[in-house]
Amino acid sequence: MTSSLWLLPAFPLFGALVLMAFGRRLGEPQSGWFAAAMPIASFIVSVSVYFDLLSRSSEERHEIVTLFSWIPVGALHIDVALLADPLSITMALFITGIGSLIHLYAIGYMHGDPKFSKFFLYLNMFVFSMLMLVLGENLLVTFLGWEGVGACSYFLISFWHTRNSAAVAGKKAFVTNRIGDFGVMTAMFLAFSAFGSVSYASINEAAHTGAIAPVTATAIGLLLFVGACGKSAQLPLYLWLPDAMEGPTPVSALIHAATMVTSGVFLMTRMSPILHASYEWAPMIIACVGAATALYAATIAVAQNDIKKVLAYSTVSQLGYMFLAVGSGAYVAAIFHMVTHAFFKALLFLGSGSVIHGMHHEQDMRRMGALRKLMPVTAVTFIIGWLAIAGVPPFAGFWSKDEILLYVYANNRGLYVVGLITALLTAYYMTRQVIMVFYGEAKWKDHAHDHGAHGDFEPHESPKIMLFPLVVLSVLSVIGGAMQLPFTKKLHFLEHWLAPVVEESEADIHKTWAYEHKYVLLVIAVAIAITGIAAAIAVYSKKKVKAVEPRVLEQAWFYDAGAAKLIGGLGRAAFDAVAWTDAHIVDGAVNGTATMVRGIAGQVRKSQNGFTRVYAALMAVGAVVLLAWFVYRGVA
Amino acid sequence: MVLVGALGVIFRKHPVHAALSLVLTLFGIAVLFVAQSAEFLAAVQVIVYAGAIVILFLFVIMLLGVDKAEDLKIEPLASQRWVAAIVGLGMVGLLTAAVVSGSDVLRERGLGIANSVAGENADANIQQLANSIFSDYVFAFEVTSVLLVVAVVGTVLLARRRTGKGVA
Amino acid sequence: MFGLVVVPTSTWYLLLSAVLFSIGAIGVLVRRNPLVMFMCIELMLNAVNLTFVTVGREMSDINGQAIVFFVMVVAAAEVVVGLGIIVSIMRRRSGVNVDDLAELKG
Repeated sequence: MTSSLWLLPAFPLFGALVLMAFGRRLGEPQSGWFAAAMPIASFIVSVSVYFDLLSRSSEERHEIVTLFSWIPVGALHIDVALLADPLSITMALFITGIGSLIHLYAIGYMHGDPKFSKFFLYLNMFVFSMLMLVLGENLLVTFLGWEGVGACSYFLISFWHTRNSAAVAGKKAFVTNRIGDFGVMTAMFLAFSAFGSVSYASINEAAHTGAIAPVTATAIGLLLFVGACGKSAQLPLYLWLPDAMEGPTPVSALIHAATMVTSGVFLMTRMSPILHASYEWAPMIIACVGAATALYAATIAVAQNDIKKVLAYSTVSQLGYMFLAVGSGAYVAAIFHMVTHAFFKALLFLGSGSVIHGMHHEQDMRRMGALRKLMPVTAVTFIIGWLAIAGVPPFAGFWSKDEILLYVYANNRGLYVVGLITALLTAYYMTRQVIMVFYGEAKWKDHAHDHGAHGDFEPHESPKIMLFPLVVLSVLSVIGGAMQLPFTKKLHFLEHWLAPVVEESEADIHKTWAYEHKYVLLVIAVAIAITGIAAAIAVYSKKKVKAVEPRVLEQAWFYDAGAAKLIGGLGRAAFDAVAWTDAHIVDGAVNGTATMVRGIAGQVRKSQNGFTRVYAALMAVGAVVLLAWFVYRGVA
Repeated sequence: MVLVGALGVIFRKHPVHAALSLVLTLFGIAVLFVAQSAEFLAAVQVIVYAGAIVILFLFVIMLLGVDKAEDLKIEPLASQRWVAAIVGLGMVGLLTAAVVSGSDVLRERGLGIANSVAGENADANIQQLANSIFSDYVFAFEVTSVLLVVAVVGTVLLARRRTGKGVA
Repeated sequence: MFGLVVVPTSTWYLLLSAVLFSIGAIGVLVRRNPLVMFMCIELMLNAVNLTFVTVGREMSDINGQAIVFFVMVVAAAEVVVGLGIIVSIMRRRSGVNVDDLAELKG
């Protein structure tokens, strides 16, 4: 069954190609259903591969399906090959699963859009790229997918490209990603020069056996982390993610919540032996960046008024958590949080999309309120998502967050405190969002006349096709925690499943204080969550305390403006210098060579002066020279 | 005689004078041919070279205008005379060197002037020449006759005045 | 003058032809009248003829003279054609000067 692994990316690719040719002819909604059928088919294949792997013993859960030889050049042999192992199949499962749900959702959300079929074309292409990314057997296939998702992200963010802000946001995303790509590429080159191969098998093998110098491992690891920062929106390359909310909400859900942004975490986990083989301080850097990002983004989310921007910053913050886990050696926890986060963040985004749809594309939360009676299903599912992200047991988010905090405490207490504060803020701003949207006063009534001339505007519930994914995801958000419950070893399903991939790099915390007192930490986490929720209720619902939303937070610590100034000032000067060098020195050398040749030719040309006697003279001189040569040969 | 004539060719301003110097040279060469027992060639030299070719030269000189005596004092192309001097001296020097160094070889290989062609089979010079041409080199002989025909026809066409072909 | 009966060895003839050849070469380079240049070329040919005859006599080989025979024939043909060309080029012009034919100037 695993040999049919190639079907996984083949279905969405086929879908994309068909839509490219016939999309417009299929029209709405047939193109949507066709496109949705592709990831569903892939999901079925990945489930079957999952069961196949499950039936094998732990050591044998590792199969490579080589499709064809891609680059056989001298010492460099790279094949297009897919790797089926626990990590890649886990990723594939939730990518295809959530991808299918979002495709279905989009059929309803994009209803009436003139570029309906093109949207699904891009979505399918995206799923294909993402699957190549996670299923790749070597860095180059992964990079292929990496670039592919970057490109599709650009297409999808600027989908409504007639809107200037959307086009700009798409460009920003692409350029920022590119900076990260530079890191990945350099890491690939380093890996090749160090090991002669870019396949994970050889790299990780070398890292396990210690055949790799810590310097090389650190370099590769940190360069890949630069790429991950770009893709997964960490400081300082995060600034494309909030702007990416310009894209349609299904895009935000799929790409910027569940899949693309997690590819950085995936890459780090895939290369965990490298991180394990590097210097001590390298993972610490990753952890610190992750923690800083988490806190930073959480503070910003507190002051945002756009329903999607809150969720965007929340995503950045949660990704920071995942990197904090990676940096602390908690790879299983990072993957665990990745999966649960995919569930509830996609749920939250889709829910917000439903709200936007019902509010006729109004996104400002200050104009909403008291929607829970008018949009009951949306409200209930959104609340479930809220509870999950806030870290309230028994919802999924609590278990995964707690797992991370456990490992972080064992690693470094300072980072643990940062993580706790972030958890507090997370609960706070998510509660704030729920209150502003679904409870409180019905502020939309004041703006009813803004939304078109068809009489009384009233927000309505979304069609069933949009509600179905919400329900499914909310169920998953409830039960998802069962993957890795901390109570006994037997319940650590995810840990056992992922063992062949990350076991040796996983931090061993069994003898630490944290592990022995994990229930204490668990209680602390619950307390923090409840505190955050209570604080938000006090501020926004009961209005007992005044809201604190300073402008600096709303403007995201003026990061965007600062970055623009830097690029515009120093950056511009540097770019101008480079351009000058290119125009004068490089071009000058090329043109100079041509001019020199022309000059020499001009001089040589003078010998052709048309006078017969000159030619005769030259011939005679030549004859004399030849004669001299022969005489010399004869005499000497 | 030969040398005087040769120097006359290159130094006389008037082309007609130069042509007459050439005749002098050719006669000298013919005499030298005789001294080398190449009687037939001497005769041919006088008849063909001195007789026909130089006359042809003189006709063309007349045709193109005689009074244009070349001014040898000026030389429009700078350094041409220097090059000529170098070439001339170089050639003389090198050829002398070649001749002198090869003269021993020549003496060994050859049988010497003393041993002239008059030997056992003492054919006359012309008979020997005829034997050689018409047996060993008969093909070349035929080709040269074709060449002569071609040359004549070509030149007639080339120098026609009227109907365009060959008119400058 | 009586006692100076110098028997010319073949080397003398060869040296003579060398000098003759050089004179002809110098003449080709120096003179500007095309007809005189042609005459100088004839000088060179004669020098070569002399060489051939001398060496042929030295080697007791009639082939030297046979070659000279053919050289003369070809020289005659060549003169004919060359003069035809000169006539056809120079007919139109008044000045008889090789330096005026500089149309091939690059």
